[in-house]
Amino acid sequence: MIEIDLAKSSVRELNQRLHRLNPGNNEPSWRVLNPNGAHAIAVGITVPIDIEIRGHVGYYCAGMNAAAKVVIAGHAGTGVAENIMSGVVRVRGNAAQSAAASGRGGLVVIDGDASARCGISMKGVEIVVAGSVGHMSAFMGQAGTLVVCGDAEPDLGDSIYEAEIFVAGKVASLGADCIEKALDDAAVARVATLLEGAGVAADAAYFRRYGSARRLYNFHIDHAAEY
Amino acid sequence: MCGIVGLFFKARAPSPMLGPLLAGMLREMGERGPDSTGFAVYGDDAPPGGFKASLRAPDANYDWPAFSAAIETAFPLRGPLRSYGSHAVVTIAAAHEELHAWLVQHRPDIAIFGFGGRIEVFKDVGLPDAVTGRFGLRQRAGTHALGHTRMATESAITTEHSHPFATGIDLCLVHNGSLSNHNRLRRNLQREGIRFLTDNDSEVASGYLTWRLSQGLSLKEALEAALGDLDGFYTFAVGTGDGFAILRDPIACKPAILAETDEWVAMASEYRAIATLPGAADADIWEPRPATVYSWQRQ
Repeated sequence: MIEIDLAKSSVRELNQRLHRLNPGNNEPSWRVLNPNGAHAIAVGITVPIDIEIRGHVGYYCAGMNAAAKVVIAGHAGTGVAENIMSGVVRVRGNAAQSAAASGRGGLVVIDGDASARCGISMKGVEIVVAGSVGHMSAFMGQAGTLVVCGDAEPDLGDSIYEAEIFVAGKVASLGADCIEKALDDAAVARVATLLEGAGVAADAAYFRRYGSARRLYNFHIDHAAEY
Repeated sequence: MCGIVGLFFKARAPSPMLGPLLAGMLREMGERGPDSTGFAVYGDDAPPGGFKASLRAPDANYDWPAFSAAIETAFPLRGPLRSYGSHAVVTIAAAHEELHAWLVQHRPDIAIFGFGGRIEVFKDVGLPDAVTGRFGLRQRAGTHALGHTRMATESAITTEHSHPFATGIDLCLVHNGSLSNHNRLRRNLQREGIRFLTDNDSEVASGYLTWRLSQGLSLKEALEAALGDLDGFYTFAVGTGDGFAILRDPIACKPAILAETDEWVAMASEYRAIATLPGAADADIWEPRPATVYSWQRQ
């Protein structure tokens, strides 16, 4: 276990040490203390290591993550795990806006609530939120899955492409071109697998499924007024 | 981008910790707004019949003793004038309108930055530590305070364009964002008798709240009305003589974090400003919802 205290060293020093790690390194376990809301902690990691950050983090924590497992034992600021490629990022508290923005792969788990625009422009990432999500979540989502165990605020899935959304609680409203779809057995099984992988207890059978009506991004003359 | 901070103690008695804690919060927000820094402190009550006027002169070597002697011929002073370079606080038995009229006639180069029973306003071009040091924020006690670090977007970088904007009695506002309908609103408010020092959009938001409060609305009601009348992006923090409120626009793309303990309520653009406060690690922390007024009132 390597312990880095950000009260004594800088975020840049931490990130440079993490970036110098090679695959198969013998430093697989890290702990970061006193983050105190600093930005860009543990961004751009490309090796399979475990990092626990004890405290609240600022913007873009674990951004661009590949392969690593990052656990934030606190709340996260704007854009946690933005552009995640693979690996796992877990927030034990709440996440501010734009969590997992543009994520291409991997798993992001929020144990608390996620704020507005969770999963904006998601491109393959899987997101499991144990609490609720703010307005315009999965906005323009292209691929991947957003699972919300609580409620969703207005305009869920606005202008969505081929990402899929599952919500167990109340949906305040759906955004443009987002519709409810049938929850078939395959979908229930997929949600159950995601919940299990995320370590979040919820019954997959109680979710509702939402996705694109495909009227907005496939040009059709009958829908010209909507463009 | 700008940085805004607010700190509201729940206890009624002014605390000497207010100044040092607000200065620490402002320091953390320097990167969000390196152009100018400002703060409003709600300190001791002015003596009965008196008001505190926060005044700003064009230069730091202004002859405040001569000013004090001159204004005393017009209005009784309720305490000695305190000067801080270009700024001064004078406690006088005069209404805002009377003071304004006297300044226009006798000292047209002096601007009123704040006026009320408790508020004192200081703001200037520069980074937080420079400005808070210049005006002795760390030595200042009080019950609540607001601060702002500005990255200018829509109007000039001057002392007058810095935040907070205090357009009413004991009212002030700090703003992160930009308003798009401020010119028309300013003209309407001017017709209602609200006076503006600049062409700044945030000053219009402050003037709007002053106008709404003058109609008898509570601070919460005035902010709810603002949701319908102000167009643009905003996170506002607002102070009154005994109150403190936060409002974000319905899109909520300008950041805000709230934290609360048994002793205090704090607001900041980013958590790192709140992390400097005693008890922050155990505080309730949340992101305020869009189009929702959060307000606290001291009983």
